[in-house]
Amino acid sequence: MDQIFRIYEDKLLKSGLADPGAPLIGLLDARFSWNRDDIACAELERLFDHLSINSLVFSQPAEPYRSIVDYLAETSGGIIFPSDCETRTFLHDLPVSFNFSSESIILALKERKSVIIPGHGIITHGTVGLEQAYVTFSSVCFACFVKFFSDYLFDVKHGKINNRRQNLFDLLVKRLDPAPCFKASLMKGPFDSEMSVRKAIQEAGMLIVEHRLVDSYFGNISFCYNDTLYISQTGSSLDNLQGFIDPCPLDGSSCTAITASSELPAHLEIVKNTNGKAILHGHPKFSVILSMDCNIEKCECRGKCHIKCPHERFVCDIPVVSGEVGSGPHGLCNTVPEAIKDWPGVIVYGHGVFTTGKTDFNRPFKNLIKIENDCRAEYFNRIR
Amino acid sequence: MYGWCGKIARINLSDQTWSVQTADPDILKKFIGGRGLAGYYLSKRITLNWDDPDMPLLIFTGPLVNTRSPTSGRMTIMSRSPLTGTVGDSSVGGSFGTELKKAGFDGIIITGKSNTLSGIEILNASIRVTDACRLAGRQTGYVHSLLKGKGSTAVIGPAAENGVAFSSIIVDRHFAAGRSGIGRVLASKNIKYITVKGNGKTKIFNTRDLKKAREDVFRLAAASPILLGEFGISRFGTGALYDLMDARCMMPTNNFRQTKFSRASLMNAHAFKKRYAPKKIGCRGCHILCKKITKNRTSIPEFETMSHFSALLDNSDINTVIRANRICNEMGMDTISAAATLACFSEIFQKKLSPDEIVSLLLDIGEKRGKGTDLGRGALTYAKRRGRSDLAMAVKGQELPAYDPRGAYGMALAYATSTRGGCHLRAYPVSHEILRKPVATDRFSFKGKARIIKIGEDLNAVADSLTACKFIFFAASLEEYARIYTAVTGIKTSGQDLFKTGERIYYNERIMNAANGFTEKDDDLPDRFFDSPGYKNGSIDIDPIDRESFLKARSNYYVVRKLDKNGMPVPDTARKLGLVVP
Repeated sequence: MDQIFRIYEDKLLKSGLADPGAPLIGLLDARFSWNRDDIACAELERLFDHLSINSLVFSQPAEPYRSIVDYLAETSGGIIFPSDCETRTFLHDLPVSFNFSSESIILALKERKSVIIPGHGIITHGTVGLEQAYVTFSSVCFACFVKFFSDYLFDVKHGKINNRRQNLFDLLVKRLDPAPCFKASLMKGPFDSEMSVRKAIQEAGMLIVEHRLVDSYFGNISFCYNDTLYISQTGSSLDNLQGFIDPCPLDGSSCTAITASSELPAHLEIVKNTNGKAILHGHPKFSVILSMDCNIEKCECRGKCHIKCPHERFVCDIPVVSGEVGSGPHGLCNTVPEAIKDWPGVIVYGHGVFTTGKTDFNRPFKNLIKIENDCRAEYFNRIR
Repeated sequence: MYGWCGKIARINLSDQTWSVQTADPDILKKFIGGRGLAGYYLSKRITLNWDDPDMPLLIFTGPLVNTRSPTSGRMTIMSRSPLTGTVGDSSVGGSFGTELKKAGFDGIIITGKSNTLSGIEILNASIRVTDACRLAGRQTGYVHSLLKGKGSTAVIGPAAENGVAFSSIIVDRHFAAGRSGIGRVLASKNIKYITVKGNGKTKIFNTRDLKKAREDVFRLAAASPILLGEFGISRFGTGALYDLMDARCMMPTNNFRQTKFSRASLMNAHAFKKRYAPKKIGCRGCHILCKKITKNRTSIPEFETMSHFSALLDNSDINTVIRANRICNEMGMDTISAAATLACFSEIFQKKLSPDEIVSLLLDIGEKRGKGTDLGRGALTYAKRRGRSDLAMAVKGQELPAYDPRGAYGMALAYATSTRGGCHLRAYPVSHEILRKPVATDRFSFKGKARIIKIGEDLNAVADSLTACKFIFFAASLEEYARIYTAVTGIKTSGQDLFKTGERIYYNERIMNAANGFTEKDDDLPDRFFDSPGYKNGSIDIDPIDRESFLKARSNYYVVRKLDKNGMPVPDTARKLGLVVP
């Protein structure tokens, strides 16, 4: 098997997105290649005749995603509409095909990057490589997870849970990953060289992925050393940052960091305006879910919470702020730096968590885990 | 009709008449507008010489122009290239495309030849050909200033009048239709300028859907470090790429003899910003505003210009880069070709050009004086005449831009297969090989690149036809633009349907080039890239490209593009795409 297939099979397995033997992965240049023989290959190869794509991932997701995705698809009416930040920004919505036929799948994939086929799995594709298909697969699972648990929480409060959903929820709770736990220590600062900074960033990145505090590779890490911010590149895998960290001089004298994370403006604002030198940003699920649980009724900004929130909100004593990815008037770079000044972290509505530390990643990493575990406990409190 | 005006102006300069042709809705749907539609009309005359009076010069906008669609104020100018003999086109911004739509036209087809130097002035539905003899030899900025009040302007400079093969057309003073020598075609028709002004509106099918789709694109643009990020092109202009190209050791230096420029940190976008404190401007309807101009309205060079007039010529005088850019724009010459031709000259004579020599040679080219007369033919012709065609860094006769192909193999393939010769924009693999969008690919591998390049070519053919700015596709995709297209035109489509249209547009260009004798031998790179290494430091080694791997990738490309093994169009494929191989 080509090494590239092994890499993406491993990624899907390691991140808990698929079970061994489930992913079917295809690439097309002048000729097709697949990670394994499968009866579905012939049907899937027809997709390439109709779509300008070069790569494809087809897999049943692993539990708990499988049950969630199937449930949401079956009850969707044809399109699932999650409201987390990733869906809003990159996926828009999640089409469903109710049968495994190339015609039906093509119709969906002509419009979007993924299609869910209940009982069969998820198909995602890429135009330049498997990385795209993998990221989309991961994002679909994440979005569905967040949507299921968010919807459940909302409907529990409004007394709208039927037996089927309750039974599924009870089953899913048993299948959840254990709460992240970390008792060891990361590299201790202060750091005395660029090399040690890079190593510390790499270590933190690996641990964030290992503890499943991000989905796919979304999330970012930085450390400010000697008036230069070292930050993970856009689209880099946090568990493999060697060679993918951009130095960004604070005086702006070089644009090399044009490939830095989308959240560079927020990181820069934080290091300029707070004591924080080490910054972590992850997408832990229950923090994201609780950030979207708001009891304020008749709010003038309802439906625009990701852009603007007129209220001071907290979850587990952590501020929740609005803000979209990157820059611009609604960018989280306008809200996070101010909010994080006096708190161990900040949750961005429907998006993820930022934490900071003064000398190394120990404090921000532990806070990231604590915030997620607190939110997880609080979630189950709220549904009682 | 939604989106399009449904009207095309045909101007015959030989008898000074013009008429309005109703556009066939089926053709609009098949070729969209801009580059696609211009290519459709060009294909009927493509075997004529570029200076044949019957050879058309085509200016086309697209259905998204003059709407609230993001970054959609552009247009394409196309003819047969005097520089390469291939399809010759340039996508250009400014306001011209928008004004043309406001005047009620999707495009203009100019044929014939005026007896004396003339201008074309379009005011809504009225077109007149005016005497422009007094403007002979005048620079573009001067002409533009004289035409104030007449709307948007497209002007040629002295270079085109003097027969420079890489002459440009300058739109609204700051925006260049630079590549392919398209300005010379306008000069051959004895047209010094075109102005256009209108006040019409473009009908939108569904404004609510357009608003929603527009918000999706804005959200993606805001999330893009390259577009609106701290070091993105909105803040620094396209020169923001300069540091990155050097850091990746693929900055063409000394006529592509090296790939790293030791003084890059002194010549980067930050240095220009610090020295000239420019302000932002942009094409009509664009929120990115990547163009930078100084207080006295001098353009800050684009990345290609910045790189070629510094590293490629081993020049570390920042003011010379500004001056060279200004001269090229005032004379109406493509900056990439001009700098690359000087670099070729410099290598042939083994002579480093001083700042003064760079400036004076550029003026000589524009004015067709001394050495400039020969240099104005472009690097390949110039080198050939001196028996050193190996020193012309060009593909199909068009000089290469500022990405060394040894540092990005997708770019190597894209340069070779580009239908207009050495061009980075046809497939634009910089997006994934360097800028990591939509995801990063291995820049030192040809693996999978044939299909990736083909898909990129199709994508950009669509972008140039809608017409939208290619930069927005660092963030958005045809998935979002399909929704915009449908909202504007009312025609149901999808991102993948648009890809198919892009394939048709690109295949049409391959057919046109084949009709003019271009074969697989033209889909190739200069030997230097296969023979000589670039920068090496142990952690990044820029090796020569493996010739066999390149040929294998090219052969794969022909399979993916459904050409025959010699890169020639196949009638059956053409038929399936709704085209004909003559």
